[in-house]
Amino acid sequence: MTVDALTGVLLIPALSAALLAALPGYRLTAWLNALAAGLTLATALSLFVVVPASGPYLLVDDLNKVFIVLTTFVAFTTSIFSASYIGHEIEIGRLKPPYVRFYHAMFQVLMFAMNLALVANNIGLMWVAIELATLTTVLMVGLYRTHEALEAAWKYFILGSVGIALALFGTILVYMAALPIAGEGLDAMVWTVLMTHAARFDPALLNVAFVFLLLGYGTKVGLVPLHAWLPDAHAEGPTPISAVLSGLLLNVALYALLRFKMLMALNPLAIAPGPLMVTMGLISVIFAALMLYRRRDIKRMFAYSSIEHMGIIVFAFGMGGPLANFAGLLHMTMHALTKSAIFFAVGHIAQVKGSQKIADIGGLTVTHPVLGWGLVAGVVAIAGLPPFGIFMSEFLVVTSTFGRAPWLALILVCGIIVALGALLMQLNRVAFGEPRGAAAPAQASYVPMFVHLALVFAGGVYLPPALVESFRNVAGLLG
Amino acid sequence: MQGIAFDIAHMLAGSLVLVSFMQLYQRRLLALLNVFALHAVVLSASVAWQAYIQDAPHLYITAVIALAFKAIVIPVALRRIVVKLGIHREIENVFGTGLVMLFGIGLVALSMVVMLRVTAEADPLAREDLAFALSVVLLGLLMMVTRRNAIGQVIGFMAMENGLVLAATGAKGMPLVVEISIAFSVLIAFIVIGIFLFRIRERFDTVDMQAMDRFRGERR
Repeated sequence: MTVDALTGVLLIPALSAALLAALPGYRLTAWLNALAAGLTLATALSLFVVVPASGPYLLVDDLNKVFIVLTTFVAFTTSIFSASYIGHEIEIGRLKPPYVRFYHAMFQVLMFAMNLALVANNIGLMWVAIELATLTTVLMVGLYRTHEALEAAWKYFILGSVGIALALFGTILVYMAALPIAGEGLDAMVWTVLMTHAARFDPALLNVAFVFLLLGYGTKVGLVPLHAWLPDAHAEGPTPISAVLSGLLLNVALYALLRFKMLMALNPLAIAPGPLMVTMGLISVIFAALMLYRRRDIKRMFAYSSIEHMGIIVFAFGMGGPLANFAGLLHMTMHALTKSAIFFAVGHIAQVKGSQKIADIGGLTVTHPVLGWGLVAGVVAIAGLPPFGIFMSEFLVVTSTFGRAPWLALILVCGIIVALGALLMQLNRVAFGEPRGAAAPAQASYVPMFVHLALVFAGGVYLPPALVESFRNVAGLLG
Repeated sequence: MQGIAFDIAHMLAGSLVLVSFMQLYQRRLLALLNVFALHAVVLSASVAWQAYIQDAPHLYITAVIALAFKAIVIPVALRRIVVKLGIHREIENVFGTGLVMLFGIGLVALSMVVMLRVTAEADPLAREDLAFALSVVLLGLLMMVTRRNAIGQVIGFMAMENGLVLAATGAKGMPLVVEISIAFSVLIAFIVIGIFLFRIRERFDTVDMQAMDRFRGERR
């Protein structure tokens, strides 16, 4: 097997995971971790210059290129944030050095699993990769070994495995549907082969398969009512993991769902997957928006916000058509960037205040102006206010829906406004007013947060034509 | 020959569903572990029979893996954990047994209706296998829901995986990649679980999940 960019995005994390597991000392490993993530990002970017050939196991096309670059980019910035975050955790004795070694190795295993899920050209391989990513994050969520962390990890493990089991059943059913046409063996599991023959598959079998896949991978996307693991896992794990979960892992599960949606769309007799996705998306938006009000833990609150945004994205892809798909892709990118920026800020805030409880945090803009205003910018962006990119993408989702299904658009807008109110109310308590909690200066790395916020701002003001062109291509592919 | 081959495959898959029912009403953990081992043995026999009638020697590997890991290694290890934690005398059940059994019957009926209807075109052997497999998956799920005990939930999860293996072997010629990966994933899952159980012990002195629910972040 020749080593090209495609195997590169897999080999670099896999090898560095082994290396990081062997090396002692957190300073060295933290920066090696960032270096490895940076190399993976560079390799991923090279996919745009030289496109490697797809084989029976690995695949590269316009769709997964976008996902790979987004994943590796956020992973890279998170690894920089993680270096300063973990440093502080060791100082206060919350994490012990052996766990740090384990943490860094797991971080790279997670990168490997996510990249593998994205480049897999085989529905079985993709399933294995997503299961691996789940197991890795379960271990990382339980890293602190507190009561809450263990319960969160257990809940995530149980619900995640149920989801992943349902997804496997769906995968087997897709294979069964492909069996009579694509023939026995490997071919009937390869995406590129499945796509060419999809029109002749048995539609009834495909329908049942899609329901299982939607429930299975939908659990990982965090769609209501399958979301119960998500707030706990976000709140109790280390904050870099919350950033990676929200920014990346949810997207990877969504990618799997989108691939199967494309398959369904090619079969004229199968049910349209759109309405199912639209319904689940809308329920998620409304439910999460209402849940935002009574949160007392700041990380849980942003976890519910992630459910809301995944709802919007699934809604957009469910509506389908070039414009809605474009809006969905843009929203997914902007959400990944903004939400991880918010978690970068929240991670440092929780560290200086010594608590994640909203009641213990107040007047941030006075006590910690850089972190405080960073959080303000992030929350304004995530709430969907101009001039940030999420405003643009939400506007596109809503306007593209208004022409086709005004009632659905109305429900969506209600959800967005309710969420906006909740986020601004909570922001007001945390960022302004009387300072509460410790006021010690923060030792933080602000660069990742501001890079993300700058990108989201740029996305709201000006989208480069090359990006628009590539998103438009992908939106066309998604049908 | 075809008739008998079909009947035996049918009988083995059906037995797996029956053993799933047996798991539902076990109230002691050690008894549950024994029934789970039986579940794995039946699965292994069923997979081996599929290997024979499909003339697919690689499926024997899956059968051996099922027998070695799920019928021997995992039950033995879990038994040790149960004895070590001193919870082998505990009796537990969230709902009444009768209600759970009725619910289980409903789930089996549901999977028959769904799978037999949509697979009308498919090969009859694969079709019935798939319907049984879905029943086993759903019964495993039901067990996970009704058990309070962490070990009970883990066994429910593994019973569910057994159903998935049955489905995968019933699908003719499904590549080995997947079967091995299933076996490995169960192994990994087991390691994860082992770590968790020990950590739970360290922190809570119990594996009762209801005790853990008190620590939920929102209730303070």
